[in-house]
Amino acid sequence: MQQHIFPAIRLTLVCLVVFSGLYTAAIWGIAQATPNGGKGEVIVANGGVYYRNIAQNFTEDRYFSSRPSAVGYNAAGAGGSNKGPSNPDYLAEVAARVDTFLAHNPGVQRADIPSDLVTASGAGLDPHISVPAALVQVKRIAQQRQLAENTVRDLIRQHTETPLWGLFGPAKVHVLELNLTLDQRTR
Amino acid sequence: MHTEILGVLVMYALVMLLAIPLGRYMGKVFNHESTWPDRLLAPLDGLFYRLSGIDPHRDMRWQEHLTALLVINMFWLIIAMLVLTNMAWLPLNPDGNPSMSGDLAFNTAVSFITNTNLQHYSGETALSYLGQLTLMLWQFISAATGMAICVTVFKAMRAQNEVRLGSFYRHFVLSATRVLLPLTVVMAVFLAFNGTPMTLEGKDTMITLQGDTVQVSRGPVAAFVAIKQLGTNGGGFYGPNSAHPLENPSYLTNMVENVAIFLIPVAMIFALGHLLRRRRLAWMVYGVMTLGFVLLLIPAIGFEMGGNPAIEQLGIGQPMGSMEGKEVRFGSAASANWAIYTTCTSNGSVNAMHDSMTPLTGLLTLLGMMINAFYGGIGVGFLNFYVFIILAVFISGLMVGRTPEFLGKKVEAKEMKIAMIIALLHPFLILAGTALAGYLYTHYPDSCGGWLSNPGFHGFSQMLYEFTSSSANNGSGFEGLGDNTPFWNIGCGIVMLLARYLPIIGPVAIAGILANKKFIPESSGTLKTDTSTFGFMVFAVIALVAALAFFPALTLGPIAEYFSIY
Repeated sequence: MQQHIFPAIRLTLVCLVVFSGLYTAAIWGIAQATPNGGKGEVIVANGGVYYRNIAQNFTEDRYFSSRPSAVGYNAAGAGGSNKGPSNPDYLAEVAARVDTFLAHNPGVQRADIPSDLVTASGAGLDPHISVPAALVQVKRIAQQRQLAENTVRDLIRQHTETPLWGLFGPAKVHVLELNLTLDQRTR
Repeated sequence: MHTEILGVLVMYALVMLLAIPLGRYMGKVFNHESTWPDRLLAPLDGLFYRLSGIDPHRDMRWQEHLTALLVINMFWLIIAMLVLTNMAWLPLNPDGNPSMSGDLAFNTAVSFITNTNLQHYSGETALSYLGQLTLMLWQFISAATGMAICVTVFKAMRAQNEVRLGSFYRHFVLSATRVLLPLTVVMAVFLAFNGTPMTLEGKDTMITLQGDTVQVSRGPVAAFVAIKQLGTNGGGFYGPNSAHPLENPSYLTNMVENVAIFLIPVAMIFALGHLLRRRRLAWMVYGVMTLGFVLLLIPAIGFEMGGNPAIEQLGIGQPMGSMEGKEVRFGSAASANWAIYTTCTSNGSVNAMHDSMTPLTGLLTLLGMMINAFYGGIGVGFLNFYVFIILAVFISGLMVGRTPEFLGKKVEAKEMKIAMIIALLHPFLILAGTALAGYLYTHYPDSCGGWLSNPGFHGFSQMLYEFTSSSANNGSGFEGLGDNTPFWNIGCGIVMLLARYLPIIGPVAIAGILANKKFIPESSGTLKTDTSTFGFMVFAVIALVAALAFFPALTLGPIAEYFSIY
């Protein structure tokens, strides 16, 4: 056993230098060539700088809403609700979100509300909503912004991200980009 | 065809497309044949050996392989504890995060050196960048440990009348420099160019469109995530792991990260075929593992895409399936897919919250970890499977009335005892741990009543999941469990230690003892182990030993919950 102690210590130190040190430094160096120097993708628009992949809380009726967040959209302490599918408190919470949504969106049928709009995302920072979740908000947005419903639908269509290469995964709508466009249209 | 399903299919196709050539390459590396990266990487290996004072050509017997492994792992545990309990004043701490308490540091240190990466903390608030970077070191070398000791077993399996099994250190260094490092560099660069942060700057402040002020955690994420996925580690940089939009920004990164989970565990099987010159045996192993994996995968995708019936009753639509705890950019099919990938291997990273999945998906993820040999963790997945092979050989031998043999070696009482102890250890640790937790929860409501975020059957599943994940060295969780308490930190820590090292020691001992036995050439009476008949035999043993041991516990948790809402 003794003969293995010193090789173990020395090998660990070499690994520390190579894998924690050199490897990290190399990737960091290469990342400097990425668009924002490895500091995360940003959108610069309407006089602000926003992280593209971090959902924002939209409470005002004139904006498309993001998905609910179990952590209050805290991008320094992300997380999900971790509520089980049969938990009565959780189901009551979802039911309350449905009622709130209906109150803010008169004329919408309950069955047209897609579940992603009233359930918390995995990290609480999901920047997207599903296409039905955007369409169900059209009536409200059109009214608030004094736009034709078709115009709003067109905007959604323009901001719909198709599946990867048209083949893989779900279609989705980026909420922040859509809202930025709304602000540009009806300033 | 449905684009979500198509995405899942293409991910598995990519796994195979990459794993077969990678397996052949790994086979060559560990057979010490020349490979094309030699010119670039051989000097690096040489540097490792020289600086560490290691002679890579000194052959070791199986006992010495184990000693070398245990000594170096013990040393890692000590350093990991020291760093985690002193982060606050050490450098690279731009967010001013605190040091860990003793019990949490013990849990975290054990968790990372055992390739488990169970996380009873949230990375953004509990670790400095120095803490993250040392955890990243364990992600590299715990994976290399698994690969190295598995290569030792491969060499023991092919040994005819010799005891030379190579050098553990050489296996370890080759695993790290020839397999893990090149793949990780490619993947980290890919992630950095696809929206994953890679910076040493601390939190940034952002004013939202509505005028709220938000802090955004950043960090050297790309480097960390690459090895997390490739090394069957699974410890996320951020709390919600690969569900976090900075850790996994798009469907494309999700595909790459998901494929990375399976890549090395699957390639390991093909490396076995190359090293032993027994490709049919490798395909038998691959066939059994794949059958088990597919049987878990298909229903899981079905349940998640089908949605939660309790949500259905609220009268709203579920066009995307069950969406609680999931991200829209992945959808429910890719989330269920990841959940099964991560629990079949001992990866344990998540791209959706397992706690919120429908009851039977929860059951399928639990089963993946309870069996822990459908591909399994790097190296150790095969070691678990090896134990099942030995059991199947023995049972088949009894059925046909012959002395059981495997690869020309007689399997006798001593090996069987070891195999049985290892096969039963996993159920014992899980069930005893869960029973103890259940007892404490019901008898001490004052101190333990706050553990669970869900009542009823699901609450029981949360405790069962935590011990299953610890014992499978998986690291995923039903994260609603309030697990940063001394009971969970120390209890899970002990389980992780036992469940890592005993299932390494057992199979290495069996293979080592068999290697030293006299080789009996194959005859017409030899039980063929590379046939589909024998494959089904192994599958039956797995179903019998692993699954049936857990059925009563699963009935109390996910199955009861299923009947309460469907």
